[in-house]
Amino acid sequence: MRHLLSAGDLDVDAACLILDTAAQLASVTDRSVKKLPTLRGRTVVNLFFEDSTRTRISFEIAAKRLSADVINFAAKGSSVSKGESLKDTALTLEAMGADAVVIRHSSSGAPHRLATAGWIQGSVVNAGDGTHEHPTQALLDAFTLRHHLRAGTGDLAGLRVAIVGDILHSRVARSNVLLLRTLGAQVTVIAPPTLLPYGVNDWPCAVSYDLDDVLPHVDAVMMLRVQAERMHAAYIPSVNEYSRRYGLDICRLGLLPPHAIVLHPGPMNRGMEISADVADSARAVMVEQVTNGVSIRMAVLYLLLGGMTDEDRKDL
Amino acid sequence: MDSGFTDSARSVVLDAGDIGRAIRRISHEIVERNKGAADLILLGIPTRGVFLADRIAAAIEQIDGEGVAVGALDITLYRDDLRLRPARALESTAIPTGGIDDKVVVLVDDVLFSGRTVRAALDALNDIGRPRGVQLAALVDRGHRELPIRADFVGKNLPTALAEQVRVRLVGFDDIDEVTIEGGAR
Amino acid sequence: MTKQSTVLRGVRPYGEDVVDIVIRAGVISEIVKAGSGAGQVIDAGELIALPGFVDLHTHLREPGREDAETIETGSRAAALGGFTAVFAMANTSPVADTAGVVEQVWHLGQETGLVDVFPVGAVTVGLGGEQLAELGAMATSAAQVRVFSDDGKCVHDAAIMRRALEYVKAFDGVIAQHAQEPRLTVDAQMNEGLLSGQLGLTGWPGAAEESIVARDVLLAEHVDSRLHVCHVSTAGSVEVIKWAKARGIKVTAEVTPHHLLLTEDLVATYDPVYKVNPPLRTSADVIALRAALAAGTIDAIATDHAPHPHEDKDCEWAAAAFGMLGLQTAFSIAVLTMINSGLLDWRTLADRLSVRPARIGHAVGHGHDLVVGAPANIAVVDPAASWVVEPATFASKSRNSPYSGMTLPGRVVHVFKSGEASVTGGSTTC
Repeated sequence: MRHLLSAGDLDVDAACLILDTAAQLASVTDRSVKKLPTLRGRTVVNLFFEDSTRTRISFEIAAKRLSADVINFAAKGSSVSKGESLKDTALTLEAMGADAVVIRHSSSGAPHRLATAGWIQGSVVNAGDGTHEHPTQALLDAFTLRHHLRAGTGDLAGLRVAIVGDILHSRVARSNVLLLRTLGAQVTVIAPPTLLPYGVNDWPCAVSYDLDDVLPHVDAVMMLRVQAERMHAAYIPSVNEYSRRYGLDICRLGLLPPHAIVLHPGPMNRGMEISADVADSARAVMVEQVTNGVSIRMAVLYLLLGGMTDEDRKDL
Repeated sequence: MDSGFTDSARSVVLDAGDIGRAIRRISHEIVERNKGAADLILLGIPTRGVFLADRIAAAIEQIDGEGVAVGALDITLYRDDLRLRPARALESTAIPTGGIDDKVVVLVDDVLFSGRTVRAALDALNDIGRPRGVQLAALVDRGHRELPIRADFVGKNLPTALAEQVRVRLVGFDDIDEVTIEGGAR
Repeated sequence: MTKQSTVLRGVRPYGEDVVDIVIRAGVISEIVKAGSGAGQVIDAGELIALPGFVDLHTHLREPGREDAETIETGSRAAALGGFTAVFAMANTSPVADTAGVVEQVWHLGQETGLVDVFPVGAVTVGLGGEQLAELGAMATSAAQVRVFSDDGKCVHDAAIMRRALEYVKAFDGVIAQHAQEPRLTVDAQMNEGLLSGQLGLTGWPGAAEESIVARDVLLAEHVDSRLHVCHVSTAGSVEVIKWAKARGIKVTAEVTPHHLLLTEDLVATYDPVYKVNPPLRTSADVIALRAALAAGTIDAIATDHAPHPHEDKDCEWAAAAFGMLGLQTAFSIAVLTMINSGLLDWRTLADRLSVRPARIGHAVGHGHDLVVGAPANIAVVDPAASWVVEPATFASKSRNSPYSGMTLPGRVVHVFKSGEASVTGGSTTC
């Protein structure tokens, strides 16, 4: 593995390797010394063009637990707003000897560009790009699903997962549809038609406009954040209407099979896509998702940087 | 199998009987040295060290009548040669409940060679807890140490040339018990 | 202008019989049996002669963005591409919305002299879409503007579009519409389809083009004026134009070389060299556009040559500028997509690359058949040649060619503009 740009780049073996590696690394969290020497001397740069404290911290903890040197580079202005360009930032990081760049960017494809434009040598990890993908989120979701519903091993064959909300603008949804499909799960995306991408019927998942219809038949439901501003572009008539039709409240929670769990990538809009009592219920696994996020990101960084890299090959 | 070697370059140095006897002897020595198995934890180093640790634990139970705690310690993340190969898949680490603090840990590996694996295991133990003591058991000591490390319990000392390969097969992971030397000038 | 005759020795007009074409005083003075023409000989080695190409849609960037292209470098690129006339779009800085700006562009074009540069005038002041520019002043200026366009932006207000169509009737002008419904294409990045959903790039639906084309042909019919549709990119627009033409509506249309060859799949690389407006569409659209050009539903190939400095393409997709170079590759793409596929022969290709665009834009002196007495605007091309596209060698100031590294068929060897050689042996003469 050279980069992690899209969940679609992972085949089932590669995905399971990341999940298995994360499972082993999870135990580090329970130890008194929460640190491994593995990435000593490697430099990981968190290059965040968009504010996302939780994702940045998750990557930062992951890198530090593996003893990598971590540099946080918060690039406020992207080239769109005439700040320093992505290219110049990349050249700077390359000159500083970054072994991996974890990038969050508002422009879909920016990590892909960073990895392929020849600006840098190091590995690139997509930490969320525009409305494209967020592969480590999908991996941590798969890890959480596997832990709860598949005893923590193997793939997710036969697992039924509903993804509900603003699929159109969601990078989490795209990565999850791709990864869950690769792992053998059956995914249904649920949203009002305005919040589904054009061509969604050709995606490797089922599509529904009716949440109540689907809930009784799934093992897990993943609620996505819906921004209230969507109302202004006529995607939804009102927050209340959205919430009535697609919000997960305590009544709808009762429609789920007893074993089913509720996921949310955060940050949550309590009262919009998920009610407070559901968010705080025993079925909700959001806190675990955060914990698992660190293990997944450790696994990804280890698999990218823990062996021979191109840089090492050059030194031979 | 490497096609560069003929069958004549492969010789069996320990057969199933030899391995069984070696395991029993090591187990006796461990019990004798530690005056029982009460505070012992056997930690096998994957892959075959784990199977060896299980067999030693079973033998100790027969000798001592009491069970001995056994687990696995993956040292991949502590290796000093990570950058020489692509990233390796991790093996399982399983520390018995209660941890290793104030216990005597016996590290179990199939072959003792450069000593680097054991160095990595000692580093790993250091991050997991503070054992009262650490001992080392190996089925085969083939020499060529690169670090000041020696085994406390050895099944067989096996003088080898550097170019030779010592292969251990153990029932459970492989289909037979056998130690062979392959390749080299033999 | 030289008094001496020039003889194109052994040339095949439209790929037909080998003749000598004699050029004198800016016109084709004789077409005679091969070997019999008298004058200064240029050995054409049985290459093909076509009327000089006319590009209805070029961005020369001057005034304002001389870092990307100038009238001089753009003229050079055009000449090397076999063009003898280009229409320079109005979206410069300042915008070509006054007689002053279009006259400046006209004069700079004449000074360079490699091609005739016909300025396109803006339809609305500053391309703002709200107030008609002084179309009459531009029409009566030295530049004699006949084509008006807010290209880059759509004249989206139906009332403004209606008035513009009406107003240009006074001087037989034409409104060249960049058909893009703005509200349907806010932040649009690529063709809307399965791929845009997967790549997370905001979609540019074909319907946003087709709805404007449909509206505009109805307006053109209602006010009985001339409409030209720029860079048609979808099969749906072709259907609308076909319907309009069948009704007798005065509509013409152009297609770019890139829309005849490239498809949206290239966007999956996220390489902004493939970012263009209207966006690359599907292979079904490409097939429909080729067929429409062959049938004459689409009248012309126009490059939409859009130079951009490297930094505007060497970035992430969303931050990149829209547009591709086209002048130096247009002929080869036409050969690849239309000749080699058998959809057009050399005569009909000449019709789409020269005759019809000249007629649409009133490019005086251009688009004539290769007959005695016609202005000597001639492109001599080698259909058997092939070449590897190396943007670094382009005459254009910019390098944003989507064909970089591709091997393309057909090469422009000699070009005569008003009887003077502008290109000989594949190089410009000055």
